[in-house]
Amino acid sequence: MTDAITIRGLRKTFGRTVALDGLDLTVREGEVHGFLGPNGAGKSTTIRALLGLLRVDAGTARVLGRDPWREATALHRDLAYVPGDVVLWPTLSGGETIDLLGRLRGGVDEERRRRLVARFELDETKKGKAYSKGNRQKVALVAALASRVPLLVLDEPTAGLDPLMEQVFQDELAALRAEGRTTLLSSHILSEVERACDRVSIVRAGVVVESGSLEHLRRLTRTRVQATVEDTPTRAEAAGWPGVADVALQDGRLSCTVDAEHLGGLVAELARRRVAGLTCQPPSLEELFLARYEGGSPVPAQARA
Amino acid sequence: MTRLAGLRDLLRLAWRRDRVIVPSSVAGLVLLSVGSAQATLALFPDDDSAVAGLADIVANPALVAMYGPISAADADALAVFKTVMMGAVLTAVLALVVLRRHTRTEEEEGRLELVGAGVVGRWAPLAAGVLVATSAVLLASGLSALGLLGLGMDPAGSLAFGVAWATAGLAQVGVTALAVQLASTTRGAGGLAFGALGAAYLLRAAADSVDGGVVHALGWLSPLGWAGRVEPYGRDRTWVLALGLGALVLGVAAALVVLDRRDLGGGVLPTRTGRARAGRALSGPLGLVSRLATGTLLGWVVGLAAGGVVLGSLLGAVGDLSSSPQMQRFLEALGGSAGTLEEVYLATESRFVAVAIAAGGIALVLRLGAAERLGLGEAVLATPTSRTRWYAAHVALAVGATTLFTLVVGGAVALVGPRASEDAPGAGAVLGAFLATLPAVWLLVAAAALLVGARPRFAPLAWAVLLVGFVVGELGPTMDLPGWLVDLSPFAHLGQLPGGEFAALAAAVMTVLAAGLVGGGGVAYARRDLA
Ligand SMILES: Nc1ncnc2c1ncn2[C@@H]1O[C@H](COP(=O)(O)OP(=O)(O)O)[C@@H](O)[C@H]1O
Ligand SMILES: [Mg+2]
Repeated sequence: MTDAITIRGLRKTFGRTVALDGLDLTVREGEVHGFLGPNGAGKSTTIRALLGLLRVDAGTARVLGRDPWREATALHRDLAYVPGDVVLWPTLSGGETIDLLGRLRGGVDEERRRRLVARFELDETKKGKAYSKGNRQKVALVAALASRVPLLVLDEPTAGLDPLMEQVFQDELAALRAEGRTTLLSSHILSEVERACDRVSIVRAGVVVESGSLEHLRRLTRTRVQATVEDTPTRAEAAGWPGVADVALQDGRLSCTVDAEHLGGLVAELARRRVAGLTCQPPSLEELFLARYEGGSPVPAQARA
Repeated sequence: MTRLAGLRDLLRLAWRRDRVIVPSSVAGLVLLSVGSAQATLALFPDDDSAVAGLADIVANPALVAMYGPISAADADALAVFKTVMMGAVLTAVLALVVLRRHTRTEEEEGRLELVGAGVVGRWAPLAAGVLVATSAVLLASGLSALGLLGLGMDPAGSLAFGVAWATAGLAQVGVTALAVQLASTTRGAGGLAFGALGAAYLLRAAADSVDGGVVHALGWLSPLGWAGRVEPYGRDRTWVLALGLGALVLGVAAALVVLDRRDLGGGVLPTRTGRARAGRALSGPLGLVSRLATGTLLGWVVGLAAGGVVLGSLLGAVGDLSSSPQMQRFLEALGGSAGTLEEVYLATESRFVAVAIAAGGIALVLRLGAAERLGLGEAVLATPTSRTRWYAAHVALAVGATTLFTLVVGGAVALVGPRASEDAPGAGAVLGAFLATLPAVWLLVAAAALLVGARPRFAPLAWAVLLVGFVVGELGPTMDLPGWLVDLSPFAHLGQLPGGEFAALAAAVMTVLAAGLVGGGGVAYARRDLA
């Protein structure tokens, strides 16, 4: 499988603000790639560099095999973009805007355009200045989703959409993936990415701090285990088991966390001690993301040792 | 007064944003009035040296149409003859720009909503804008009056001079306050307010070019007519200020009535729905920028056609003049033409119109920067449209529009003028004189393109370039400015048409220079970050 987007060591500063600080990102062809990070992490800056709108200070970027700064025009033939902050021409109607953007991009899929307008319940005759934020977003989404390009770059596209419309968006995204198109979807909302994406990169302060499939990311988190065993260990004993941490003992109930690698070992140990009750709480991605957003590590220090 | 809550904070914010543009504009205006008065007084130190030849100069309907009547036959009146009207127009433009930028622009770009959600009364933003614009007007006119007084000119006349500017400026504050409420976009509001100013100028020009009668009386309907009829250093009608104040109060009151009845972000002029699918013309970048400018272009074409008819019909009055050698010399310096009075008149008018058309072209080119600031450029540039094509579309629109405008106004004068006066040059020569100004117009448009292409933050400097080019080119010869300074103005190189020589070399140099500036802007635009 080839890569649609490859970024290595991207650096971009605005005056004294370091927006991107050696960012690496790989998006494979045909996948929906989630680009997650808190506000100000550098998602939009990365995307604007990928489109050749910004000139980066250092690092390399290849998009669909091209240099986005030097071959912007050729590259733009093959991608559609929805900016994070959609503005429309105040005097053009929504329908005119969709047609215009489609023509500038070299044509739209008429059939799909009709379906999207209907599904998003968009009134095409309103002028740009009359649309609400969500409706402006829909205009840009219809224009992008109806194009016949292999790569979609969507910067927080669901901001302003209501839950029903968000569902429509998810369906359409799935349809595009089924056709083998590639999507880079930036977001600061985990649940959206969790539903739509094959792989995820988490960016914080201009650096990608974690990247991989959701499965892989899940394995980075720790499972919380609560067990009642007949042969109760001491607290110190339990803390000594490989991969185990956060141990607490109360009324014969053991509670601890364990990393993915050592879960099997822990369960075997508990079985030897004649386990009577056992709950395993699957790792929550939310925890991982919050920890990553804050710059901490989801793995407690003592367990890493 | 909860409707004015937060006014103080808004004023502080407005001052913070305007601390460069307002003081420098005011300084420029004061320099204009005091500087040109000082220069004229140096040329004509006493009344006797001036009066003899000047009495009939100022009876020239062409000059009167442009600047209004001279108020008296003495040196003081001569010293401000041009700047009364020129400054009144510029003061009105300053009021318009300042007020619009704090009201409709803020609202259209969504910042007012941010502010409005805080503890800010409904009237406060308009009130803040009106106060800032009014202060700018009063500063410019007050300081000018003081400056003229400082030159030792007549005190009552100096006060009246300030009154003339203030009247025009205050009235424009009132007109603009209403315009920004009626239209829902910055451009729409500008169209209304500049349109009103242009109409006021034309009405005044027509009224001032006849002596008495109904048409003359109509001049009292124009705020610029009021400014002229203060007649500083003559009749000193300072009571006219009451008319300006009245227009201000009326305009603001009407604006408040509208404001209380409309939605935030909306206007009163209806926003219609559009078509569901784009027409064939709306496809490439040029199609897009042309479509976005359609309303503006229409307004200009109609306004210029009307203006051309008025200018052309005034030709009939020019021929009635006796032409003393002194007057001839003065007019040569002024109009840059050595021909008949009709020819001098046309040469002068065509330059004035060229300045206005250059302003229109600059505004069109600067749309590139506005689109970038609002994030609209990004939408286009993320498609296969290259930066060069997007930039070129704006330049092409501005160059095409200025050419069209010049053809329209020149054509109108050429149609009407030769019929109004037997001694007027033929239609071809008239149209040629207007078209000959185009290289200077293109050069100014190109300077704006370079600025917006390379450094959009400095794009408003394009207006300063235009203003300096205008003032230096217009006042330079009569003010005795150093030759190199006058030569910096594109308007100083236009040759002497009709009647004289077409400055072919200068026209070619300016056109090539313009092409160079446009190219430089394009290269810079392709290489920089997009905001
Ligand atoms: N044009 C700009 N000028 C100055 N700073 C900028 C500019 N664009 C982005 N930044 C800064 O770069 C950082 C990253 O911004 P951005 O990429 O927009 O974040 P995100 O999209 O993840 O919310 C922020 O600190 C932001 O303030
Ligand atoms: Mg962003």
